[in-house]
Parts: sequence; C-alpha cells; structure tokens
Amino acid sequence: MQLEETWMRVLIMAKEGEQSEAATTPTPHAMAEYQKFNEELVKAGVVLEAGRLYPSSQSKRVRFDGRKRTVIDGPFAETKELVAGYWLWQVRSIDEALEWLKRAPYEGGTFEVRQVLDYEGM
Amino acid sequence: MGTAKHRAVDLIRRRKTLERKHQEIGRDFERAQEALHVDTALDEEVGDDLLGLIFMACHPILSKDARVAITLRVLGGLTTEEIARAFLVPVSTIAQRIVRAKRTLAEAHIRFEVPGGVERLARLASVLEVIYLIFNEGYSATAGEDWVRPALCEEALRLGRILAELAPTEPEAHGLVALMEIQASRLSARIGPSGEPVLLLDQDRTRWDRLLIRRGLAALERAEMMGGALGPYGLQAAIAACHARAATPGDTDWPRIVALYDAVAQLAPSPIVELNRAVAVGMAFGPDAGLDLVDALVGEPSLKSYHLLPAVRGDLLRKLGRAQEARAEFERAASLTENLAERKLLTRRAAECAAEQIVR
Repeated sequence: MQLEETWMRVLIMAKEGEQSEAATTPTPHAMAEYQKFNEELVKAGVVLEAGRLYPSSQSKRVRFDGRKRTVIDGPFAETKELVAGYWLWQVRSIDEALEWLKRAPYEGGTFEVRQVLDYEGM
Repeated sequence: MGTAKHRAVDLIRRRKTLERKHQEIGRDFERAQEALHVDTALDEEVGDDLLGLIFMACHPILSKDARVAITLRVLGGLTTEEIARAFLVPVSTIAQRIVRAKRTLAEAHIRFEVPGGVERLARLASVLEVIYLIFNEGYSATAGEDWVRPALCEEALRLGRILAELAPTEPEAHGLVALMEIQASRLSARIGPSGEPVLLLDQDRTRWDRLLIRRGLAALERAEMMGGALGPYGLQAAIAACHARAATPGDTDWPRIVALYDAVAQLAPSPIVELNRAVAVGMAFGPDAGLDLVDALVGEPSLKSYHLLPAVRGDLLRKLGRAQEARAEFERAASLTENLAERKLLTRRAAECAAEQIVR
C-alpha cells in the first residue's frame, strides 16, 4: 500500500452498566448532547453504522455444545458486560477512534473499541 | 503509527488544523502579493468553513492534477510523499504542483467561500470530479503493478461523505457518494488470489460488502427523493445499484441498465459512455447488437489508445465465436494498458481465444 496509514473499521460497544438494563429513555438534554456528538461524527465521515439495543430482558442466547443447542432467555446477570449500543466507525487508527470517543457526552459506562479483522484494505 | 495521533480527526483539532491551513495559504497569499507588489493587505475574513476550503482546493482555475494534489494535501491531510507514492510520480512533481496551485490561487485572488447561484453548480461539478478522480485512481489504477489501491478509494469516500453532509441539498453529492459506496463494496471481490483483476460478472458476489451496498442504496434514495431527474453521478449510481441488487449475474436487469446509460448519454455524452452502453446492449439484446455499437466507435479519436475499446470488442467477438479476431483485439488491448495486472488479464484472454481457435 502506498499510503502510510490505511483505513480501518472499529466496532465501538457501549457497555453502560445499570443504564443499559433500565430501559428508561434518556433525558431530553442527554439525548440532545448525544445527537450533537453523533452529528459531528457523521459530518466527519466517521460513522458507517450505529444502533441501540433493547435491554437483555428481551434478548436470547444460543449456547453451542457439540451438536447441542440451548436457548437461554434474558435477562442476563453480568450487567457490566452487556452491550447497550454500538457504532461501526471508519478511522485511520485506533488512536483516532479514541480521540473521538473521549469527546462523547457520557457520564458513565465502559466503551470497548475493537478493530474489525480481515478488512482487506477496505 | 507515529503520525496517527497527529492526524486524528478530533473535531476541535481539525478546526485548529484548518485554521492553520488557512493561515498557511494566507501566508502564501501574502508572499505572492508581495512578489506582485500588490499593495492591498490581506485582511480577508477566512472563516473556518470546511466547505469553502473544499471549493477552493477544487477551483477550476487549477489543472485537474493540481486540484487532486491540493485536495489530498489540504483536506485529506496526506503528506506530499504519500500523494506522490499514491500516484506513482516523483515527490518533487507533487511538491511543485502544490506550490504552483497555491500561487495560482493567490494570484487569481481566489477566496475561501461557498459559491452561490449559477456559479455554485459549476464549482460543485469540479469538486465532485476531483473526488471521483481520486476514487477512480484507487479503483482502477491507471498505472503501476496494483490493480486497485483501496486507500485512495477510502480517501475519496471519506471526502464524499463529508461533502454530502456539508451540502445535503445537492442531489449529485449524494449521487456521487452512492456511486462510490456501491463501487467500493466490490473492492475485495475485484482482486483474485494472486492480485489479478476479477471483472464484475466473474466476481464472487458473496464477497461484496453488504454494509457499503446498503449505504450506497440509501444515498441513492436520498438523491432520488430530492425530486427532479438524477444527474450523471446519480444515474451511474443507479446503474451500479442494478448490479448490487442482482444476486447473480443472470439476475441483472440489463434493459434497465441500457435505459440508464441512455439517460447518461443525454446528460453527459461521451464515447466512454457509449462504450459502456454498448456493453449493456450486448448483454440485454445479444452480442450482435453490442458489436454494432462498438464498431461505430472504432474510428473515435478520443478512444484511439483506450484499452477498453478493443477489450470490449474482443469480448463481443468471442461471444460470437469469432475467436481469431477476438484474440487480436485482446492483444491490442493488452498492449495499450499501462497497468500490469490488467495487461496480464488481457493477455490471458487472448491466450484463451487462441485455444478456442485450435479447438474449432
């Protein structure tokens, strides 16, 4: 590749702790702050995809064990690990993703940044 | 990775960078004006308007090469070395292009501004053209060993996405983004295991990037919803969408593609559009019909050294069982392209035709 840095996709998983399970709608103020931030991201051409998830009480898990499949109903206990929302970003580096993410208007939770594998340059 | 931080697009930092660029170009203005003994001080209010900067970098007063170089430098944040490597030209060439471009802009007193009225459309056309040129250089590299250079496509896509958000009421901005998203969705399917080109109809469609297709179709819808007929980019996006929607090559709606090419030919007639239309006609109504159209283009001066003319002609002749003529066309096409990967593909086609001749 001719350019020093190519592009990468990163998945941002929002682990919002109690918040993600509360299923309460955020305050209008928090909503507006989030929208403003998201808009900046979109305008900078960073966001490829974004979404929020229902609480785990409305979700299922399928466990694989050899040929056996077991369906487990939510809610799930490990609140801190539950993903409440996601973004797929296109950035030049993890550092760029971090610089963006740090500016997000959140006051709690953990956001996990994972590079998407096997991107084949695109 | 050393420059990663430096290049991060933190919005605040981006604004700062932009301000600095403004100052840099501003200084160049000053220097140029001093050199010209122009007495007026530069006290232009250069607002940090990204869109204005895009319009300036793509100003039609500059040559296409200069527009591309300065856009990648100022908006893409690429270094002169990176641009040189991406376009396989000496660093000094790019450096000179940028210096001259800045001087030209300064001497012509081109300002940072978003043009309005009649001028806006013409200026926007230039911006779209520059972005698509960058994309295409990545999508089917005209020279060198690599058939595609995805990083350039990504640069163009990012610029296009930014432009479409900055100028959301411009249908062609969305049309261009749609076109690039859909074409980029095929990037990994366009290269075979040993780096050889794989043409559209031979591609493994399961390798097309569904996310980019979805984004492309959404952008096309945005362009269509603005009312009025689609422009040239929107139409080309609609053509790309026909392919994207077809699960197999056999499912392709070729008559619709022919109709869309008719519309492109009306808006922006060119021999290359005619050639593409001929391919679609060949698929929709048989190789004979396609060949008639291609034959009419053979004397066209602007296609004289365009390798895809004999390549398309060879393809149609081969389908008609005229392997010997087809072989000659593929050989001619191979001799005309400067891209090594593409030359290999065309040489292989010629060899296949030779084999078909023997079988006959």
